[in-house]
Amino acid sequence: MQIEKLMITGLMAGLLLLSSAAHALSPESITSLTTGENEQRIDAIASVVNSGDSSAIPFLKNILNDEVKLADGKILIVSESGAIDAMTGEVVTLPEYPEDLINNNRMRNELDIAIAALSLRSSDDAVRLAAAKKLQQTSTSEAMLPLVRQAEKSEKRPKIRTLLVEIRAGIELYSSDKQLRLVAAHELAGSTSAQIRQSLTSRLELDGETDPEVRLAIEAAIESIEERLGYYEFAGTVFTGISLGSVLLLAALGLAITYGLMGVINMAHGEMMMLGAYSTYIVQNLFRQYMPEWFDGYVLAAIPVAFIVTALIGVVMERTVIRHLYGRPLETLLATWGISLILMQLVRTLFGAQNVQVENPNWMSGGIELSSNLVLPYNRIDIILFSVAVLLLIWLLLNKTRLGLFVRAVTQNRSMAGCVGVNTARVDTWAFALGSGVAGLAGVALAQIGNVGPDLGKTYIVDSFMVVVLGGVGQLAGTVYAALGMGITSKFLESFSGAVLAKIIVLVIVIIFIQKRPQGIFALKGRSVE
Amino acid sequence: MHSNYQPFLLRLLGNSRWVGYAVALTVICILIPVLNLAVPEDSALHLSDYTVSLLGKILCYAMVALAMDLVWGYTGILSLGHGIFFALGGYAFGMYLMREAADAGSQLPNFMVFLDWHEYPWYWAGSDSFIFTLLLVVLAPGLLAFIFGWFAFRSRIKGVYFSIITQALTYAFMLLFFRNETGFGGNNGFTDFKTILGIPIATAETRIVLFALSGLALLAMLWMSHRIVESKFGRVLTAIRDAESRVMFSGYNPLHYKLAIWTLSAMMCGVAGALYVPQVGIINPSEMSPANSIEIAIWTAVGGRGTLIGPLIGAGAVTALKSWFTASFPEYWLYFLGGLFIVVTLYMPQGVMGLGKKLLGKKS
Repeated sequence: MQIEKLMITGLMAGLLLLSSAAHALSPESITSLTTGENEQRIDAIASVVNSGDSSAIPFLKNILNDEVKLADGKILIVSESGAIDAMTGEVVTLPEYPEDLINNNRMRNELDIAIAALSLRSSDDAVRLAAAKKLQQTSTSEAMLPLVRQAEKSEKRPKIRTLLVEIRAGIELYSSDKQLRLVAAHELAGSTSAQIRQSLTSRLELDGETDPEVRLAIEAAIESIEERLGYYEFAGTVFTGISLGSVLLLAALGLAITYGLMGVINMAHGEMMMLGAYSTYIVQNLFRQYMPEWFDGYVLAAIPVAFIVTALIGVVMERTVIRHLYGRPLETLLATWGISLILMQLVRTLFGAQNVQVENPNWMSGGIELSSNLVLPYNRIDIILFSVAVLLLIWLLLNKTRLGLFVRAVTQNRSMAGCVGVNTARVDTWAFALGSGVAGLAGVALAQIGNVGPDLGKTYIVDSFMVVVLGGVGQLAGTVYAALGMGITSKFLESFSGAVLAKIIVLVIVIIFIQKRPQGIFALKGRSVE
Repeated sequence: MHSNYQPFLLRLLGNSRWVGYAVALTVICILIPVLNLAVPEDSALHLSDYTVSLLGKILCYAMVALAMDLVWGYTGILSLGHGIFFALGGYAFGMYLMREAADAGSQLPNFMVFLDWHEYPWYWAGSDSFIFTLLLVVLAPGLLAFIFGWFAFRSRIKGVYFSIITQALTYAFMLLFFRNETGFGGNNGFTDFKTILGIPIATAETRIVLFALSGLALLAMLWMSHRIVESKFGRVLTAIRDAESRVMFSGYNPLHYKLAIWTLSAMMCGVAGALYVPQVGIINPSEMSPANSIEIAIWTAVGGRGTLIGPLIGAGAVTALKSWFTASFPEYWLYFLGGLFIVVTLYMPQGVMGLGKKLLGKKS
């Protein structure tokens, strides 16, 4: 990813700066960089790095991208637009059989490091950050030291500065000066990078630090890094657990309405999510085709579309099938399973059996990097926020609106509600539409983090039913606790037992838990419990 | 409810029940073997090997449907996890077959070699003994059903709650069996069987014998189910289905009754699975997928719950239709199956048997 980016930027820079850049290097450097044995060329790279001449970058990138060719004693930079002489910058005609400049992996590595080292002087923050990250991840030689020190002095951004300190200390760890090594070990103790821990360990074991005092300092540094990494790992597990929990919550909220409030088992609930995801896919394609300039906003448009589509399908389902099966939950279960099969096959017929591509909009890709082993992806964060928002809306709808009042009334006592004039049949339809619509919303979210295919619903249906069963019937709060609890528990189990076993263990825990509390975490009190 | 169609049932099964059994026995043990083996292939009466294996499959499915009917149709417990018992029986027998095939080449089964295992894990102990395998076929699903049922029925989990949890159970087992390290061949399951009791498994004669055995097992189960349903025990089961609280208030403990029929039903599925595997030649974790288990319910529903012949008809009809659909227009099978689920639950609550009863009732 990173290398790809570097290559792309390199390519662009190469194209833009073709003539002027090549001029900046002395003819001797150009010659020594491109001719001779690998050893000599690597020496040449080192001397270019030592000179700190950042104008060499474009030419180094040209070499790295295999754009430099040799012909008739000339060194040419070849691009799609033609060839130019590296020495003079003149446009020349490309000879018929130019000789390729061979770069083996070691050469490429050296070039990469050299480019990164020289980029440390760039005025662009992003370029310097990328360069510093690159250098931190590769083994750097002592030759870089002056360059890194200089960059560290002039660096204002704390994030890049920290990286530079780590790079410098990493080099100084191998210094012949004991004092420098000691200071370096202390400086590295504050790192949060697994890479640094690795290089500290290898300094201890493979390369053999002999001085006992420095050894002690390094050991202390490793310990402190490991402790810090442990915290981040823990935080990361909690985060992915909450993230999974929010997905489960979204998947289960609709069920909590249809099953929890209405007592209808909707086995097609997963397919409603699947349809929501496909609605997102369609909206995405429409945006791409008709208003590409607004593409990043397609997710926002997909939310109401998915809700309406699935809610309408829910209305049709309720009116044609489920209505006739009230009071016969087992039959409802089978009939809705039938509906789910039909919906699944319908999507297969319409969109094919393969998964379809749903892209994250720009503002949802990437993430907040808290440390080398803890990145919080934006799409996950957005889904957590989204599930909170959906939860809040449903809560408001159920507790603060007239419809919600009716739904609760029908849930508590259907015939009494009917007697005082609530149109229970209509309330059923509305509630079922709401539950289905929420499933559609879940589909929008799922489309952002996973595969969108006809089988999407089936992967979530068992889990979301478990959430509802665990949470107890007729309570939103129970659903929330159950979803988060299941999410976090399974992520923690996953970290030491693997994903499949974790899933099995969670299911077993749920089954055992239900032994203790057959009505779920939050049981309805009073006569409504059969 | 019973008295309504007693005459019909009696006519079909009551007085002439033994005739029915005798006819079925003849068909299974004489007619079909002769049509398959003795009648020349170009004759119109010849039954192809494909048809025989399809019929064998149907017989196994019919046993499962019957087992499902005992718990769902008669006791009111809808299991969405019966596939697990079927698969466990199949796996138990598959272990024996794998072992025999592997011992012939004097090495471990391939999937264990790939895992770099050097001996059989402990739970494979005894799989080299045919007698022990026969016990395991019944005991493995029976034990699982007993433990699970005991916990579930004790805390009075019922209705859709129970159904959903059984679904989760089979889902969890499917995931477990999908893992290679579980030691049951992972994704691919068991296949490439060679011999059974030293007899080559792929010959026409072996197939017919297995088919006849399945038929006999089905008849035995049918007879057993008749005895159960008509006994006092069976009456209590029906009472539990119709009004569990009242049964409790009358001094019965539903736990014992439910647990007994539940465990028995699981064992029947185990036998069906064990007969299924050598005929089909493969068992893999997809047998435990929730979708498969729900399909079992629809067999029973199509045929007619609370009748003993219905599930057999349902299993046969749905399976035959499935093999016809998937051969002729595979893309429409799920539409049809889905539609079947809806139509049967909405318009045919008593299934084919109920429909037949209605039609016959109107005529007479």
